[in-house]
Order: sequence, then C-alpha cells, then structure tokens
Amino acid sequence: MENEFKLISGALVTLAVSASALVVLPYFQLQSVQPPQKLKDYSPEEARGRQQYISEGCVYCHSQQPRDASQAPDAKRGWGRAPVPGDYYYDKPHLLGTMRTGPDLFNIGARQPSIDWQLGHLYQPRAYTPNSIMPGFPYLFELKAQAAAGDKVVTLPPAFAPAKGVIVAKPEAIALAKYLLSLDHTYPIPDAAQAK
Amino acid sequence: MDTVTILLSSFILSVTGLLVFIWSLRRKLFERNAKGARAIFAAGEIGHIEDPGATRAGAQALQRVVAHGGADHTQPDQGALHARLEADRTSAQPAFIFLCCAVVWLVLASFAGLTSSLKLHNPDWLTNTPWLTFGRIRTLHLNVVAYGWAPMASFGIAIWMLPRLLKTKLAGGRYAMLGAVLWNAALIAGLVCIGNGINDGMEWLEIPWQLGLLIVAGGAMIGLPLILTLHRRTEKHLYVSIWYMGAALFWFPILFVVAKFPGLHFGVEQATMNWWFGHNVLGLFYTPMALATTYYFLPKVLGRPIQSYNLSLLGFWALAFFYGQVGGHHLIGGPVPEWMVTLSIVQSVMMIVPVLAFTTNQLLTLRGVLAAIPHSPTLRFIALGGLMYTLSSIQGSFEALRSINTITHFTHFTVAHAHLGLYGFVTMVMFGAIYFVMPRIMAWEWPYPRLIEWHFWLVVVGFAIYFVGLTIGGILQGLAMVDATRPFMDSVTVTLPYLEARSVGGTLMTAGHLVFAFHFAAMALRYGPKRTGSVILGNPFAA
Ligand code: HEC
Ligand code: HEM
Ligand code: HEM
Repeated sequence: MENEFKLISGALVTLAVSASALVVLPYFQLQSVQPPQKLKDYSPEEARGRQQYISEGCVYCHSQQPRDASQAPDAKRGWGRAPVPGDYYYDKPHLLGTMRTGPDLFNIGARQPSIDWQLGHLYQPRAYTPNSIMPGFPYLFELKAQAAAGDKVVTLPPAFAPAKGVIVAKPEAIALAKYLLSLDHTYPIPDAAQAK
Repeated sequence: MDTVTILLSSFILSVTGLLVFIWSLRRKLFERNAKGARAIFAAGEIGHIEDPGATRAGAQALQRVVAHGGADHTQPDQGALHARLEADRTSAQPAFIFLCCAVVWLVLASFAGLTSSLKLHNPDWLTNTPWLTFGRIRTLHLNVVAYGWAPMASFGIAIWMLPRLLKTKLAGGRYAMLGAVLWNAALIAGLVCIGNGINDGMEWLEIPWQLGLLIVAGGAMIGLPLILTLHRRTEKHLYVSIWYMGAALFWFPILFVVAKFPGLHFGVEQATMNWWFGHNVLGLFYTPMALATTYYFLPKVLGRPIQSYNLSLLGFWALAFFYGQVGGHHLIGGPVPEWMVTLSIVQSVMMIVPVLAFTTNQLLTLRGVLAAIPHSPTLRFIALGGLMYTLSSIQGSFEALRSINTITHFTHFTVAHAHLGLYGFVTMVMFGAIYFVMPRIMAWEWPYPRLIEWHFWLVVVGFAIYFVGLTIGGILQGLAMVDATRPFMDSVTVTLPYLEARSVGGTLMTAGHLVFAFHFAAMALRYGPKRTGSVILGNPFAA
C-alpha cells in the first residue's frame, strides 16, 4: 500500500460501518421506547443515591440485568424476570454492569425491602452474610455517643454493634439505601414489549 | 424478509466489498518476499541483526543464529545507516518523554491493581478511606493502565518508529510533547475525580467528559507528527506498521468523542455505545499500536523481512472491518437488540481471519531462528507478546459464543482474558520495544543486563499464576452461578483460593515492574559501566 488517503478513508469507512451497526441503528430502534406504566422515575433522594452507587463503584461487582430463564437460572435466585429496554427508561447513565462478584441488583428492592437491613449491610456485609467479600462502607456512617433527634440509627446484630455509642447513617448512606429499595422491576410487562 | 435474512445478506455483501477493496490495493496477495517487507531495511542490511538491547555477547550469538553459522559478506549501505541515526536523533526527545510517563504510570497501576486484588480476599482491609474502596481503586487501576501506561508507551514507541519507517526526520515532535503534557494533566485530574467519587459512571469511560475533551485535544496533537512526517517521507512504500498506527491514531479520537458526547446517549442504547467504545478502544487502538510495534521490531532485530508480507494486508483490513463490530459480545443475554448481539458474535468469530494472518506472518518470520530468542531481550518479550495476541484472540472468539459466554460472562474469567490481552500481549510487546529503543535514545547500553532477566522471569511467572488461577476460578464461579441448586454464595467462596493466587502472581508482576522501572531510571541517568561504541551502528563484531 502506498497511498495514505486510501488508508485513512478505508479506516474511516470501517469505523462508520461499526458505528452505524452498534450505535446509530440501536439509537433509532430504541428511541421510541416508552417506560412501562408501573415504572416510576427516581425521586431526588433516590437519584442522589444512584450517584453514590456510581461514586463507590458498586457496578464493578453488581450487574443490573437478570438473564432470561432460557439462558440462566437468574429468576430462580430471586433476581427477577428478563428486563426490557423500557425498564431502563430513566437510567442515565446505564448501570448494566458486566461482573457478578456479588448478586444482580435489578430487583433488590423487592428482595430486601428493609431499609434497616440495607443500611446494616452497607455498614458491614459480614454481619449478615458471613463469607461475603463485599467491602463495608464505614465512611458513610458515623459513630455517635448518642443519637440526636432525626438521626437514623443502624440496627446491627449484637456481635457487630459498637461497644459504646450508636452507628448513625449519613445522608449519603440513606440515599443509597433508598436507591436500592427503588430497584424493583417486578411489575409484569406486556408480551409485545418482550419481543426484541 | 426476516431479520436473519437481512443480517445474512448484508453480512455477505460487506465481506465481499471488503475483499474487493483489499484486492484493489494489492493483487499478489500471497507472493513471498514482497518488496514492501524490505522497506524497513537499508540496502544490504538484510541478514544483519540490529539489537541495541542485547549485550555484546548476546548480539554476536544472535548474529550467528541468524546467519546460520555462515559469515555474511554483504555490507549495509553506510550512508543509509547514518541517515537513520540522524533520524533517530530527531525522535529521541519526544519518545523519551512519553516512555518516562509510561513507566511512572505502570508502577502506580501495579500498586493500584495489587491493592484491588488483595481487597477482594481481605474485604475489611482499608475500608475507612474512600478513595481506597474496591470500586474506586479498581477503577483507578483500569484508568491508569488504559489511559496512562498503555497509550503513553504506544505513543512513545510509535513516534520513535515514525522517522525510521518513513526514512526522514521527525516533524512536529514539539506538538507531540505538548500533547503529552495536556493528556497527562487531564488524566491526573481525571484520576483525582475518580478517587473523590466523581465519575461519568460507565466502564472504560469514567473520566468526566470535560476532561475527556482535553484528552482528545492532547491525542490530536500527539497524532500531528504522523501527518507532518508522512508529508516529507522519502520512502514510497507505507510499511504495515504505518497502516496500523495511522488508522489507530485516527480511530481513537473519533471513538472517544462519540462516546463522551454529553446528553446524546440514553438507557439501553447507551449500553450498546458503551461497549462499542469498550471493545473498539481495545481492538482499534491498543491492539493496532502493539501490532505495529511487533511488525517492526520482530523483523528488524532478526534482519529478516516479514515472510508472506502481503498477508498482512488482508490481516489489517479484516481487523479494521470485523473488530469494529464485536462490541455486542459484552452484552450477551442483556436487554439489548438481539440482532446486534448476534452480529457481534459472528464478527467475533470472523476475527479468526486477521488473527491467523498475523500469526502466520509471525511464525514464518521466526521459523528456523527460534534459537535466537534467548539472546535478545526485545525478541523475548515481543515473540511472547505476539503469541499471547494469538491466544487471547482465539480465546476471545470462543468466549463470545453464547454457550461459553453464559458461563464466563459475569466472572473473573473475563478479567483473566482482559489481562491476557492487555498484559500478555500489549504490555509484553511494549517492554520488548522499550528495551530496543532506550539504548538508541540515550546512546547508552542497558547498565545491568541481569536485571532484564529478572524482569522477564518475574513477570512471566507472575502472570502465569495470575492467568491460570483466575481462569480456573472464573470457570468454577460461572458453573456455580448457573447451577440453580447451589446458593449464590457458593460462586463467591469457590473463587477465594484463586483470588489469593492472583495476589501472589500480581506481587511477582509488581516486583518485576519495580525492577524494570529501576533499570529504566538507571538508564535514563546513564548509570553503570560505560559501554557505548558498538551499539551505535549495531555491528556486534566491530570494535
Ligand atoms: C468487591 C465486590 C463488591 C462491591 C464493590 C460491592 N458489593 Fe455488594 N455484594 C458483593 C457480594 C460478594 C455480595 C454477596 C454477599 C453479601 O450479601 O454480602 C454482595 C451483596 C450485596 C447486596 C445484597 C444482595 C442480595 O441479593 O442479598 C446488596 C444490596 C449490595 N451488595 C449492594 C452493594 C452496593 C450498594 C455497593 C456499592 C456501595 C456494593 N454492593 C458494592 C460484592 C460487592
Ligand atoms: C501488576 C499486576 C496487576 C494486578 C495485580 C492487577 C489486578 C487487577 C484487578 C484486581 C482488577 C479488577 C478486576 C475486577 O474488577 O474484578 C484488574 C482489572 C483490570 N486490569 Fe489489572 N492488574 C495488574 C496489571 C495490569 C496491567 C499492566 C494491565 C494492562 C496494561 C491491566 C489491565 C486491566 C484491565 C483492562 C482491567 C479491567 C478488567 C475487566 O473489567 O474485566 N492490569 N486488574
Ligand atoms: C478476536 C479477538 C477477541 C475477541 C473475539 C474477544 C472477545 C471478548 C469477549 C467475548 C469478552 C468478554 C465480554 C464479557 O463476557 O463480559 C472480552 C473481554 C475483554 N477483552 Fe477481548 N477479545 C479479543 C481480543 C482481545 C485483545 C487482543 C485484547 C487486548 C488488547 C482484549 C481485551 C479484553 C478486555 C480488556 C476485556 C474486558 C472488558 C471489560 O469487561 O472491562 N481482547 N473479549
């Protein structure tokens, strides 16, 4: 090859083909997707919690895309039905994830609806699942001698509770837990939406 | 018409188009001893090794292997060699700056990687410091290797190869250095953001887009010398390394701008874009940069042109075409359009074509001279790296198949594959090239040749432990996960010994990188016994 213009134009054409296949076509195909009726937008607090989820990098251990029953037993683990594009209508940025060091969280709000459990688990996962390799996030909590009015005290199993004082959740932790509780996509979807 | 028919016919149509295009560039595709392959040699230089990274004894042994014991009486054109020395001088300073940055990033990345690895089996270690939480330190590791070490090393080597490939002086080196400053400044700011929990939330695209703009601007400036130097080239033939580098330097900014465009992407579409970018930055940036490097140094060290050179034309265009469309294999089983995933799987398998083209070239070029490998640091690293390219890609093609991906997708198996590609292939090739280039840049031999051995064996043994461990761990994890009768926690506990093995391997790799960084610093400061002389012109038998 002796001609740099052929090289560069050829390279641009192949890239254009690639972008049309994986970006432009999906863009037009998915543009008209509507949210399922039962799906609610995130509240401001949940949206802040979602931001916290991004900050702490939960996505590197948790996916949000249960697989179809024909492929894997995700539904049997309580992770939920296979999602449709509409389920992600309010998700910006997407948090599908490609790793399952921990379980899928697309329906964690339905599976663990207790905010006390969520906060305690974020503070110290091993208090609830002995062999867990999830890190705790103690910096999202405060150790206080006494809870003040309006403080959210974390109830921990006795072996993990501090000897003195109480563990109080910071607003970041509460927002994160509320976001987790909002992850509930168990509503049924019409068959048509399932078709891809 | 149904989707399958449309897909199939557009696939056949585009592959035919591709073949016609390749044919229009070169008709004698399978001719041996193509003239183009000789473009990197001076007249009469074939049969003469060039290996500034080897010791004198090593270079002599290398020359003997290559000449098969027989003496070679042709003499390279001295004028051309001197012109090349002049050309090398013009690229020395910019290349040096890039390589120094690369080495610093490599060391930082190693510690970040090792910390992440240790945290996975010691989850209560260092949990009080936000920037050290797994999710952040792992992301710092990824961004330091992906935007620090790998591109800085690639750019440094590319800029150094440019004047040699085009047989002229480097033009626009200053822009490249300015670009390096911009790029690194933006990267540092991006890392500070990630450490503080500010990021754009997508894998491989965490650096905030405002800083991403600076990286693109820096990248464009780094690409400028390519255009300026092409302009004044005296070599008519564009050698295969130029195709890969040239295309990659055009591809990267486009990928990054499309991916980072604020407000454009939404929901599931954003996920398809995310992985379009994700695998393209691997396949259309790091991979071509490292292939360009391999295609230059392998034949150059051996003094032996690439055998079956024209096959690389097929390899290049097939890579350019197929690689761009494989991104969907990161979303198999996800809520994305089914046809897109299928397309990506097909193209992932088609990738076997360019991979085999490269492998054939590499094996034919090394045929009969395998005994040369131990004598040359550059050959050692690059031959191994090239082999890892073949292995990681073949592995990738299988990993993209639905049946296998169902097991491996969400597991540490993917991480093992990721390191086989970016570490086993890209990083090894860059090590080899740096061992060749630095003595030329500094006009100084490597001060402590033993350290090269240490570096090599530490990273090879370390990486073997890393890769084998995680591969087994990942498969066991995946099997546990798809078995509905086993609780999820089985898939966690079963990986623990392998995660620990990874930390052992990672420690050895980090130690190897420290040895390398120390040696690099010693070289940069011209430490050690004064041994210059023969390296300059590269005749190992000259006084
Ligand atoms: C190092 C990987 C890792 C990181 C990072 C991580 N997790 Fe986990 N997570 C796990 C593992 C392993 C489990 C399963 C064991 C357990 O329940 O603790 C888990 C379980 C969970 C569960 C319970 C799931 C269930 O089905 O019961 C929730 C909720 C959760 N994680 C939320 C988070 C959030 C929120 C973050 C980020 C702030 C996060 N995780 C970060 C690994 C991780
Ligand atoms: C020094 C030894 C190294 C160690 C111990 C190490 C360790 C790690 C760890 C623990 C992760 C996180 C995996 C996860 O999310 O579960 C990771 C990810 C990654 N590392 Fe390394 N690493 C090392 C060197 C490198 C180098 C030199 C490169 C490339 C040039 C590299 C490229 C990557 C990539 C691309 C990922 C992301 C993988 C993925 O998301 O699947 N690593 N590494
Ligand atoms: C023909 C060639 C290749 C094919 C078909 C291929 C295929 C794949 C597949 C199927 C995955 C797994 C996606 C998942 O299940 O989540 C993957 C991940 C990955 N591959 Fe490759 N691969 C190839 C070559 C390479 C090369 C040469 C490199 C390095 C330069 C590389 C680097 C990576 C990385 C870093 C990841 C992890 C991405 C992430 O999750 O962050 N691959 N590849």
